[in-house]
Amino acid sequence: MSEVRKGYVRPLDLKHGRVDMTHGSGGRAMAQLIEELFARHLGNDYLAQGNDGAVMPALPGRLVMATDAHVVSPLFFPGGDIGCLSVHGTINDLAVMGATPLYLAASFILEEGFALADLARIVESMAAAARDAGVPVVTGDTKVVEQGKGDGVFITTTGVGVVRDGEDFSGDRARPGDRIIVSGSIGDHGMAIMAQRESLGFAAPIESDTAALHGLVAAMRGSGARIRVLRDPTRGGVATTLNEIARQSGVGMMLQERELPVNPEVAAACEFLGLDPLYVANEGKLLAIVAPDDAEALLAAMRAHPLGRRAAIIGSVHEDPQHFVQMTTGFGGRRIVDWLTGEQLPRIC
Amino acid sequence: MKYIDEFRDGELARGLSAAIRQAADPARRYHFMEFCGGHTHAISRYGVTDLLPDNVRMIHGPGCPVCVLPIGRVDMAIRLALEAGVTLCTYGDTLRVPASDGLTLFKAKARGGDVRMVYSSADAVALAQKHPEKQVVFFAIGFETTTPPTAVAIRQAQALGLKNFSVLCCHVLTPSAISNILESPEVRQYGTVPLDGFIGPAHVSTIIGSQPYEFFAEEYRKPVVIAGFEPLDVMQAILMLIQQVNSGRAVVENEFSRAVTRDGNRKAQNLVAEVFELRRQFEWRGLGVVPYSGLRIRKEYAVFDAERRFAIDYRSVPDNKACECGAILRGVKRPQDCKIFGTVCTPENPVGSCMVSSEGACAAHYTYGRYKDSAGVPA
Repeated sequence: MSEVRKGYVRPLDLKHGRVDMTHGSGGRAMAQLIEELFARHLGNDYLAQGNDGAVMPALPGRLVMATDAHVVSPLFFPGGDIGCLSVHGTINDLAVMGATPLYLAASFILEEGFALADLARIVESMAAAARDAGVPVVTGDTKVVEQGKGDGVFITTTGVGVVRDGEDFSGDRARPGDRIIVSGSIGDHGMAIMAQRESLGFAAPIESDTAALHGLVAAMRGSGARIRVLRDPTRGGVATTLNEIARQSGVGMMLQERELPVNPEVAAACEFLGLDPLYVANEGKLLAIVAPDDAEALLAAMRAHPLGRRAAIIGSVHEDPQHFVQMTTGFGGRRIVDWLTGEQLPRIC
Repeated sequence: MKYIDEFRDGELARGLSAAIRQAADPARRYHFMEFCGGHTHAISRYGVTDLLPDNVRMIHGPGCPVCVLPIGRVDMAIRLALEAGVTLCTYGDTLRVPASDGLTLFKAKARGGDVRMVYSSADAVALAQKHPEKQVVFFAIGFETTTPPTAVAIRQAQALGLKNFSVLCCHVLTPSAISNILESPEVRQYGTVPLDGFIGPAHVSTIIGSQPYEFFAEEYRKPVVIAGFEPLDVMQAILMLIQQVNSGRAVVENEFSRAVTRDGNRKAQNLVAEVFELRRQFEWRGLGVVPYSGLRIRKEYAVFDAERRFAIDYRSVPDNKACECGAILRGVKRPQDCKIFGTVCTPENPVGSCMVSSEGACAAHYTYGRYKDSAGVPA
């Protein structure tokens, strides 16, 4: 793309301006948007190359790739927005593979009429999240769709990371006897979004837990514990993620309801809406399945990290040809914790 | 959560469990029907049956609003959304109830129908206010608990002078359904459904009071204990029912005294009577056509009646032949007795309505209890 000559074009009106079709046309307006907004905030040497892609040095190890589309509504919510969420989402997908995340690519679908001020907030938040995580956005793409054909902005991020030999976390490795650990309170992200939705109008002080988990995972790997499986329980919540693992590994699980960390305001909001925190999305939590003898050591390592302070052992793995995830209720009975059915909450991430 | 956790306390549950074991006569069997889906859900979700002795069996009743909604009624709502082009609002579970031609309201939405999930009838009124250019129809379902809010919505729409709001009224009455079960040949003639008593509705009773059940206790000699929807409420009610059965009594007792009185909520009752009147008959899924068991909108409020406004009529549609929802809703069969339970019919692809709502007997058993059907699962 040719360089835009300064002085020829008025700067973007980041206060009152709006996205229009020319911002996706490939012409000057698009170049200006990229330069004054995306490159300015996300700026790094790779992006500065200004090419259609980024050329990176050879990577030390086996490559891991992950991609994640973000369509959350509302775009801004307590504890975060679509910008930082799109960075955290993909970093976490890499982290739970045991990978060290290295680079991100971001693709934006903007709706005509979307306020540039909001877009700027989103890009700034994205840049801050990428900076904090130490994972740069090295290439990107922008498209614009007509008004009514999108919902403000959709962001897809793709990430690349490397994983060391011998560190293979996979959903099919849970074994009878293993312990199940969750890194903190469950259901925060989903209920933060739910509380913001206009039709509900209750102002519960619930914040999304959106966060990049690769630091926590590094601390966990450093503990030397024999971790079998790592997963981030996003859509479908802890219940659905555990069912996926149980099926992949061909095992059953038994949870202890009393051990589940749930914030009181999340529990109350769930009760009010008839939801179950076990099925509500998280964006800054992970589930670990670990060899029984290493559970306490791993728990201690997690609790020593700021994102794992409320980590808890919530259950164990056993043999079960039916692959049921069950739970001993706080009441003293027993029940299945099944896959999520239908759509508990659309457009959550 | 304060005021809720107290009713889910494991210690108290163990105490009640021991009291029930002691009270239950090992020489006899006890069969109690919990009428409400709310009770069914609580029993399954908290594993209440695990705390009961083997000779106390719970039978799931028909008190699940979306379960008793016949296919023909959902068809009406779908026709409104797809053919009349209205904005159709309804409560969440209703969206997934299977209707004719493999459709649901959810699928009608994907075909371009404007179908919205709302949390209250007031949301539908607000939507009509906000979009005067659209015809908004509230698909009103449920028992006596959800009827007063529908009446309020209609009154509100009238006060606001809304010309674009109407209600597809499918409200039904609890006492009619209980009579229907007690009069059914399985209970009266063949004795295939042994019924020793009822756990009476919680929220419904806050509206209608405990008095309407006195007739059943007296006429049919069946004890009724009204209970709240928390698991300790249910266990306490079971204990009270066992005590009544043991002493040969059949009266209405009120475990849910923190919310239910004998007369109920008179204000709500008057409001309902002002806006609605009895239909001569109403078809239920499972129970068939039950006389004087449903409500319709009175003539005075006819402009808010979607059936009149859009001139749509009800056409009865038979259930899927393999589906046992009817027998399950009457307590004649259990979910696991149905051939298609858990195979063809699952919460993802429900064939019958009992598999749709979390209050439905099949969905509750599938979601929370089906591990009991398979042997060899460790405790």
